[in-house]
Amino acid sequence: MIAEHVAFGIIAAVMVASALRVVTTRDIVHAALYLVIVLAGVAALFLLVGAEFTGITQVLIYIGAVIVLFLFGIMLTRSDFDQDEETDHKRKFPAILTALLLLAVMIGALVDRFGDMELDAAPQTTAEVSDELFSQYIVPFEAVSVLLLAALIGAIVIARREEGG
Amino acid sequence: MLLNEMLLLGAVLFCIGVYGVLARRNGVLVLMSIELILNAVNINLVAFGAFHDNVMGQIFALFVITVAAAEVGIGLAIVLLLYRNRRSIDLDQVDLMKG
Amino acid sequence: MLSANIAAAETAGKAVAASGWFLENAWLIWLFPAVSFLLILLFGKRFPRGGSEIGIAAVGASFVFGLITAIQWISEVEGASGGSAEGEYALGAGGLAAAAEGEASGGVGALTRSITWLTNGAEAIGAGIMIDGLAVMMIFVVTVVSLLVHIYSTDYVAGDRRYTHFFAFLSLFTASMLFFVTASTTIQMLVGWELVGVCSFVLIGHWWEEKDNSDAALKAFFTNRVGDMGIIIGVSILFFGAGTFDVIGVNEAAINGSMSHTVTLAAALCLTAAVMSKSGQFFLHTWLPDAMAGPTPVSALIHAATMVVAGVFMVARLYGVFFEGYAIGGSSINTLALIGGLTTLVGATLAFVQNDIKRVLAYSTVSQLGYMVMALGVGAWTAALFHLFTHAFFKACLFLGSGSVSHAVHSFDMKKDMGGLRKAMPHTYRTFMLGTVALAGLPILSGFWSKDEILAGTGGWGLFGGTGGNGAYTVMLAMGMITAALTGAYMTRVVYLTFFGEFRGHGTPHESGPRIIVPLWILGGMAVVAGFINLPAGFQLVPESWEEKFLQWVEPVGVSYFPSIAHATPSWTLAIVSVIVALIGIGAAYYYYFVRVRAVSPVATELPDGPTSRSAVARLGHRILVNKYYLDWLYTTVIVGFIKGPLAKAAYWTNQNVIDRVVNEAGTRSVQAGNVVYHKVDQLVVDGIVNAAGKISDSSGEELRRIQTGKVQQYAAIMFIAATILAGIFIIVI
Repeated sequence: MIAEHVAFGIIAAVMVASALRVVTTRDIVHAALYLVIVLAGVAALFLLVGAEFTGITQVLIYIGAVIVLFLFGIMLTRSDFDQDEETDHKRKFPAILTALLLLAVMIGALVDRFGDMELDAAPQTTAEVSDELFSQYIVPFEAVSVLLLAALIGAIVIARREEGG
Repeated sequence: MLLNEMLLLGAVLFCIGVYGVLARRNGVLVLMSIELILNAVNINLVAFGAFHDNVMGQIFALFVITVAAAEVGIGLAIVLLLYRNRRSIDLDQVDLMKG
Repeated sequence: MLSANIAAAETAGKAVAASGWFLENAWLIWLFPAVSFLLILLFGKRFPRGGSEIGIAAVGASFVFGLITAIQWISEVEGASGGSAEGEYALGAGGLAAAAEGEASGGVGALTRSITWLTNGAEAIGAGIMIDGLAVMMIFVVTVVSLLVHIYSTDYVAGDRRYTHFFAFLSLFTASMLFFVTASTTIQMLVGWELVGVCSFVLIGHWWEEKDNSDAALKAFFTNRVGDMGIIIGVSILFFGAGTFDVIGVNEAAINGSMSHTVTLAAALCLTAAVMSKSGQFFLHTWLPDAMAGPTPVSALIHAATMVVAGVFMVARLYGVFFEGYAIGGSSINTLALIGGLTTLVGATLAFVQNDIKRVLAYSTVSQLGYMVMALGVGAWTAALFHLFTHAFFKACLFLGSGSVSHAVHSFDMKKDMGGLRKAMPHTYRTFMLGTVALAGLPILSGFWSKDEILAGTGGWGLFGGTGGNGAYTVMLAMGMITAALTGAYMTRVVYLTFFGEFRGHGTPHESGPRIIVPLWILGGMAVVAGFINLPAGFQLVPESWEEKFLQWVEPVGVSYFPSIAHATPSWTLAIVSVIVALIGIGAAYYYYFVRVRAVSPVATELPDGPTSRSAVARLGHRILVNKYYLDWLYTTVIVGFIKGPLAKAAYWTNQNVIDRVVNEAGTRSVQAGNVVYHKVDQLVVDGIVNAAGKISDSSGEELRRIQTGKVQQYAAIMFIAATILAGIFIIVI
């Protein structure tokens, strides 16, 4: 039990620190790399609570695909590699206020409601997930696949260069 | 392990993400912050799934991952288009809706 | 879903005997053209013939499979009538529902195989195939006509800019229809029904650059949507009534009375609305003649084999519901029979005044579909489907023939651009005549046998000394008889205007190429022989083993999902009378056109002092017919106009009278109140307040305007803060 707490603590600390760097660093590539750490931390947490399939998927999809997509996006939208453009707004106060207010409300609600409930992480196998996904949730599953297809086509249509332009 | 440990971590990540969405001017960085928010949600889903000993949490997290992938694809395409039209992805300059 | 279906069916395929392989794997029949659709769409342009070869190959494969399936089915039925087929169908396929239904009392039940498509709560929705005589017959008709239309199209639309696209959708159209006729659940039928509608929309609007064509496509689509609501509601009612989406289960529930009669009637009425739109029944038939805007092969496909007979098929498939719902047995009139009867008359009369050859044929289709629906309405199930079978061939022949003519003269207008084509286009002329005679119902061509069976099936012919039938539908018999005369007459008109007299168009027309002629001859041949498949019993000239084959092969006997219907005995008197009636119609038209009009001039298309110029009644009738009974006017001007005009007016009135009055009243009252206050309260105070209020609203407006920065992130910030505050309130309150 203690080991679990320690592992969680380390992962959580690294994640929070990296997440803060994601939203504060001035170098976009660095931000993407910090994001990788956060996402890996999320995957580790999933494994910690026994959600193995989602953890693996997290690694494959996010770290494997989404980050690569981000790096491509960064590459394509940065013509010169100097830092002439500001990455942040000048006035950060409203953003900080909003985030802190939200945090306060959420922490208050969570502590109030869930106090010290125990989470016993019984592993949920991939077989269970797939059984459920392909019976009960087959329609949402198909809908999501259509959504992905639509997004794929949409992205191509949006990003395609106009002919002759 | 406490349920709240996960939930509070999710809350913190969520708020960091919200801060990023509001404070960043660069389109790609805003998209990254949105990813933080979505991951915070996923942590909550999986935590509750494990808490109730139910795979539903995982399944919804999977759906969120899928939708997030679609969102990133579209979002980056939009940012790319923005860049092509304005040679900049500074969101402060995108204010055609100004009243 | 597709892949699941294949996988499941393959596992099952290993477990069954080879003899019935084609029956059990009939889903392949619709899979071929469906795959072909994708292939043509993706790779069609790279093929030397623009993808048409893929379509022809796929539909050809479907045809071969369909034919073998039919042969296997027939051999099973023949075997069963020998009394040995009991239980032969029970296929023990692991995990799959595969069994023959209702083989209890000696008949051959439908072969159904299905997989669980999705589970919603406790209700599992299956998907699969249901193969029986009806499905096999439809597969045969659809694949034959579709194959010939494909071949014909390679010449007809050659050089079209959307050639590949055209063939892709022909394939999808065929696949949709085959999917529809082999469906084992009402949900699948719904899917097929909608797919057919979409494909027809695309194909009718194939040349969408011209506004008329895209309008026609939209009209077809929207009119069909009206009826589609019917099928959706009907299927839902049937589900809640019978507790299942299974076609067999639904029919059984209707027949054995576990579904209350009210529910059955409601479902039947809803489904009838769907039939009215899809099968062009009065008064939702108006889209069908406009659908002629599409390329002619599409018209042939739509009108002969696929789209419009979908409604007829649906009634035939869910006949238990209709038979019980309308209490067809033993009554003398019901909604279905009445609609069919009216349609057959309306269609036949409207066919008289059209100058566009394809529109004549379109109204003729409307009329013949009315025949089929009427036959279903009077309980003559087999006769209706037999007519569907024969009609598919001779109407496809006529449509393709008209396409061949228009291909030569580049027009569809009979009065302006045709005439005298008999010499120039001998093959087209001969096949068109075969189709015409079959349609007019003259012996011994196919239309004669099927039309006669319907007339006999009305059972309303006590005066001809016959017996049998399900009720005494005398009115329907009269309607059918009148239509028989009208049909002969309008077809004679078409033949005269197109093929006789002198050529009125420009240039010299030439006979079409072999890819058009050969399908025409095949269909013409079918129009001659298709009727022999169901020779009436007691016909002296042929051996008894040839009699009523169609009835034996197609009609389910002694099964639980089909109502027990009575069969009319054929009557020679009736047959002779109907032929005489048809001959009267033909004779009248022949006298008018071939004798009187021709005497005026070989290029004349009507008499200069014809009945319309002499008689006011005839003129009125002509005007009503030209305006198609004012139905389009009714829909667009009256109904849509009513919704648009008065509704808008009512809204305006409310706005002017109610809202304005309230505002004015409030204004007046506040002025009065203001006066009182003015006199009562110190003017300076009021002034001060008013000025302050003005200033506040001015500056707050200025401030609020600043919020509208157009910057998305500021909006997001406001949204987040608002959401946070709301969440906080909720937490505190709850």
